[in-house]
Amino acid sequence: MSDQVETMQRTTPAQTTPTQNEESSESLLQIRGLKKRFSLSGDFLDQLRFKGGKLVRHQEHVHAINGVNLDIKRGEALCVVGESGCGKSTVARTVMGLLTPTEGTIHYDGQRIDNLSGRQLLPYRKRMQMIFQNPYASLNPRMTIQQTLEEPLRLHHPDWSREKILDKVQDVMGSVGIDPDWGKRFGHEFSGGQRQRIAIARALAVDPEFIVADEPISALDVSIQAQVLNLLMEAQQERNLTYLFITHDLAVVEHFGTRVAVMYLGTVCEVATTATLFAKPRHPYTQALLSAIPRLKDDRPQHIRLTGEVPTPVNLPSGCVFHGRCPYANARCHQEIPALQTQDDGTRVACHAVEEGRL
Amino acid sequence: MTTPTTTTAPSRWERLRDSYLWYSFKRDRTAQLCFAVFICLVIAAFSAPLLAPTNPYDLAQIDIMSSELPPFWVEGADERFGLGTDAQGRDLLSIILYGTRVSLLIGFGAVILQALLGVTFGLMAGYLGGRVDAFLMRLADIQLSFSTLMVAIVVGAVVKATMGSAFYSQYAVLMLVLIIGLAEWPQYARTVRASVLAEKNKEYVDAARVMGLRSKRIMFRHVLPNTMSPIFVISTVQIANAIISEAALSFLGLGMPETHPSLGSLIKAGFDYIQSGSWWITLIPGAVLIVLVLSINLLGDWLRDVMNPRLYKG
Repeated sequence: MSDQVETMQRTTPAQTTPTQNEESSESLLQIRGLKKRFSLSGDFLDQLRFKGGKLVRHQEHVHAINGVNLDIKRGEALCVVGESGCGKSTVARTVMGLLTPTEGTIHYDGQRIDNLSGRQLLPYRKRMQMIFQNPYASLNPRMTIQQTLEEPLRLHHPDWSREKILDKVQDVMGSVGIDPDWGKRFGHEFSGGQRQRIAIARALAVDPEFIVADEPISALDVSIQAQVLNLLMEAQQERNLTYLFITHDLAVVEHFGTRVAVMYLGTVCEVATTATLFAKPRHPYTQALLSAIPRLKDDRPQHIRLTGEVPTPVNLPSGCVFHGRCPYANARCHQEIPALQTQDDGTRVACHAVEEGRL
Repeated sequence: MTTPTTTTAPSRWERLRDSYLWYSFKRDRTAQLCFAVFICLVIAAFSAPLLAPTNPYDLAQIDIMSSELPPFWVEGADERFGLGTDAQGRDLLSIILYGTRVSLLIGFGAVILQALLGVTFGLMAGYLGGRVDAFLMRLADIQLSFSTLMVAIVVGAVVKATMGSAFYSQYAVLMLVLIIGLAEWPQYARTVRASVLAEKNKEYVDAARVMGLRSKRIMFRHVLPNTMSPIFVISTVQIANAIISEAALSFLGLGMPETHPSLGSLIKAGFDYIQSGSWWITLIPGAVLIVLVLSINLLGDWLRDVMNPRLYKG
């Protein structure tokens, strides 16, 4: 193994420039060739090692996302699914500017946003908001609900009068089904579902058009999940919202998503409309994933059993990241990274086997 | 407003009465006793000009002929001086009251300065991370490698040598606050940094960032209120420490001057007479110092137990 693990250069698919121009014109968010690495090696002094009598710099990285290309169209709910650690949340956090991408670009409404400073980003903060996974951690425990909801309004509308802000807070609390009288209470006085409603209210308070929801219902009780999901769908209809919805729950995707992007080890392997994906999964990983959904009437007992483990994102496999577990892999899959290819029904699949018609 | 709110916010007092803090205080005899002792000492010290029978700062009221009189329960006591007199003929009760006031002033002043510096630096180091963190924490390491007393002795000696003894005596309280405050800020900075590191990865901080708030506002409005418990707890310990440091410095002759003594300088002044039988000049201020510091420390222990969320929040 070479000293610099990251020198194992992966050739980026020739997809990094927007090829589908007819599509990009209507898309609200464009992610192109997005990569994010996290260093595992600590600071400069920790990286120095003695090797063969020489002082060398040894760096290791987790390759959380490796060249993700995604388009989110105005008014749709794009669900991103994949198993734990496949980079779903990293994509969401990079889009929101909580992480800076290592490589690649993010365009919002035609404007590049990944390289803007905090102040330049402020107008976009009003248009894109985020809902977090854990409602027990996403509300400041020392602030009342009223304060929590007023804060974004005061920041983004410094010219509003106190009455107008109070009105807006009452309004938005009503719209998520929280009694406006509860504003004086603190977050810990509410149940998980109520807290998530408050977190949604905070995101909706500034009237955004795009919402990134990072597993917003996975921390909730099953009986509450449907309520919160319906609330998000109602908000989408009333306000014409666009969602980037991160989840690992395929039932939610079927119910909620307009389109689905399936991720595996930091790459997108398939993007399709929800109906197409569930009816006719193309990528071998998607097929395995969908066959794993438990059914009440289990009349399809042929689960696709994948062998082996997900490779570590520290040392990425060469070629297609899925080749080690793919029953259809051949020599080309070991060497060449597949790019997303548009099929005749609009589905985009990154798989050599599909491209060559072997599958 | 369209719909009037019906529930009123609980007042501060009501919130306190419902809190775990109050619940625990009602059940803890030690905490109650310490709190009572501490409050009595503070009130007595700060109303010294009203309570004290004489004004020890007023040279006209001091009679050298009535020096080294024993306290009332010892033979040969003078009924004018309940706790006896010191070597200069000052009433010991009065001078202990005034001295406690000086000690408390220095203790609280130094801790406020420590807290201001330490909390600001700790927040910045923890939240901003990277080079700011490395720089501030190395600074703290350097600061901690000198003991408080050593810094105080060096600074005190330099100021005394350059500005003169009279200047030093005039601004002694301020000097001690500065010295003890500057020497001990890393305690705060480290504690605050540790809890900021735990807080800043929580999602409410991310939510504030997504909102577009500036770092300064996130640090002081979102992160700081959630790190207050450890700050309160170390504050009690630090007040006791500052009072002890001041006493130690005064004992070494670098603290408060003889004319405006603190508890420490009283102990030092009396120490010379302990062999000649006038034990009360040093032992009584010593006992007051011990009671004061012990009550603050025990209160701090209680507060640490109460405010440790792992113990009751689960």
